[in-house]
Amino acid sequence: MAAITREEVAHLARLARLAVTDDELDRFAEQLDVILQAVARVGEVAAADIPPTSHSVPLTNVFREDVVVPGLDREEALAGAPDAAEHRFRVPRILDEEA
Amino acid sequence: MAGKRPPKKTTSATAAPAPTAPAKATPAKAAKAAPAKAAPTKTSPTAKPAKAASAAKPTKATASAGGDLTRLSAAELGRLLAAREVSAVEVTQAHLDRIAAVDDRVHAFLYVDAEGALAAARAVDEARARGEQLGPLAGVPVAVKDILTTKGIPTTCASKILEGWRPPYDATVVTRLREAGLVMLGKTNLDEFAMGSSTEYSAFGPTYNPWDLTRIPGGSGGGSAAALAAYETPLAIGTDTGGSIRQPGAVTGTVGAKPTYGGTSRYGLVAFSSSLDTPGPCARTVEDAALLHAIIAGHDPRDSTSIPAPVPDVVGAARLGATGDLSGVRLGLVAQFGGEGAEPGVMAAFREGVEALVKLGAEVVEVSCPHFEYALPAYYLIAPSECSSNLARFDGVRYGLRVGDDGQRSLEEVMSLTREAGFGPEVKRRIMIGTYALSSGYYDAYYGQAQKVRTLVARDFAAAFEKADVLVSPTTPFVAFPLGSRTSDPYQMYLADLYTIPVNLYGGPAISVPCGLSDGLPVGFQIMAPTMADDRMYRVAAALETVIPPLTPPEL
Repeated sequence: MAAITREEVAHLARLARLAVTDDELDRFAEQLDVILQAVARVGEVAAADIPPTSHSVPLTNVFREDVVVPGLDREEALAGAPDAAEHRFRVPRILDEEA
Repeated sequence: MAGKRPPKKTTSATAAPAPTAPAKATPAKAAKAAPAKAAPTKTSPTAKPAKAASAAKPTKATASAGGDLTRLSAAELGRLLAAREVSAVEVTQAHLDRIAAVDDRVHAFLYVDAEGALAAARAVDEARARGEQLGPLAGVPVAVKDILTTKGIPTTCASKILEGWRPPYDATVVTRLREAGLVMLGKTNLDEFAMGSSTEYSAFGPTYNPWDLTRIPGGSGGGSAAALAAYETPLAIGTDTGGSIRQPGAVTGTVGAKPTYGGTSRYGLVAFSSSLDTPGPCARTVEDAALLHAIIAGHDPRDSTSIPAPVPDVVGAARLGATGDLSGVRLGLVAQFGGEGAEPGVMAAFREGVEALVKLGAEVVEVSCPHFEYALPAYYLIAPSECSSNLARFDGVRYGLRVGDDGQRSLEEVMSLTREAGFGPEVKRRIMIGTYALSSGYYDAYYGQAQKVRTLVARDFAAAFEKADVLVSPTTPFVAFPLGSRTSDPYQMYLADLYTIPVNLYGGPAISVPCGLSDGLPVGFQIMAPTMADDRMYRVAAALETVIPPLTPPEL
């Protein structure tokens, strides 16, 4: 049985903000199916009472002194932006016309 | 996809910052311009490999009088520079010349900063002339994987989505290189965002293995490893998330070390999988790797997962190992790494390596790590999950590409078109796998379960290190494979990381050192050590180096 369908891949692509083509959907559906079936092997391990590890470093809260240090100035921060206006990042419209 | 990247000569015209290889005319001129009092160092890029071998332990005379500076180790260059027998400008120019001579065939570099490198070299020479105290590698060239930010110098992550971006700041690793007086030659090729094991997923064309230009140089750090094997640089920086330093080191016959996670700073390392990403040294000798390690490692307040503890004495350990005495050192052979799926030639070379270490006094113990077989699937859930989250920042707003902004389309549409156009196939696959593994309904079975497996893998290591001082294995199951042979089946590509991944999940350090040839191609020997015991692996690696003959690739 397939682990993932073409429709599910299309849904994932939408969630991930990837405007994939039909060709890609066909190919990715096939490839993701192979990969997901392979990685699903983690389910074979009996681990119900095992705590998860998110990170190998045994540090929890890391604090520093609350002092002002120089950061990027506005020009530097905007220098790589595809579009900027009035010292800000300019973005396409966020709301629909009718909204 | 298989046919998409023909293993032909590189056509990196698309890479906007196409290697600004220094003009052919410069060598002679620059050598003359160099304020060198030393004998003119004739760099002969066509030197025969035999010469290279003999240059491994050069006398002062051979090095300064006509020896090829590109064949020397970083430690040797450092000594010649300190003795003012060569200038940093000469050393730098020799490597720029070498890049100009061979990189159209190797394509290790995405960007060569000839001007910046020569300026940095000049500054070192001037400081030395003033009598300033400089570090052991001041004036020695280094190449940096193009996933570490470099102020004002293009940083692409080998992705079209960042093409042309010039970061406003240096990564901490880069800052430390500069402060130590190293001369940055340029930025090296990689699989896009470090996702891959062959460098074929670079958006700007693959890198070719100097041992055989029809084969892959490993990945993701194939550019750094190939640059070393092609004598384009004596040192390079890589990053290792699941083997991206060690596997390229193995298949190019070079040395690559992944420090303890948190031992080197991730500040300015463009994030792929934040709980795993680790910058580290690449070199041609163990001592060089240790010297570079010592420079880049250490606590960084700008990285909240940086370990606030002293750096283990890796240089001292490498020098101790070079004495060739491993009495009392216990090598753990992992029962689960018995060679299933590995090439026989790789296993044979590995066993010879173990025997050689035993002759130096090491003892062998077998250790059982029952969860290692689940490390690869767990990794290929954890890393894509973190990647899908980290790469959300590439949204066409703050840096890089923006596609489809016609004044009509919404932000969401522009974002989707930008990411579709900017990311290559492997990055898209991983983003979608991660999105899937983190989705409600699948989270527990995939990501959650993978994190539990991670705990069990770490416990396996902890138990193994009660019996053994280090664990050893081949670095990768197979030697360099032909370009295009694994791109059509992504999971086949993932298998290249079989032996390198477990230690990433655990967080400990590991190093790959050359260990002979199989079918004429280099085999890597991996040594894994407990967290923050990086020195142990350097000791064993340096000892192995004393008995395994150095590997010299065929002349390009």
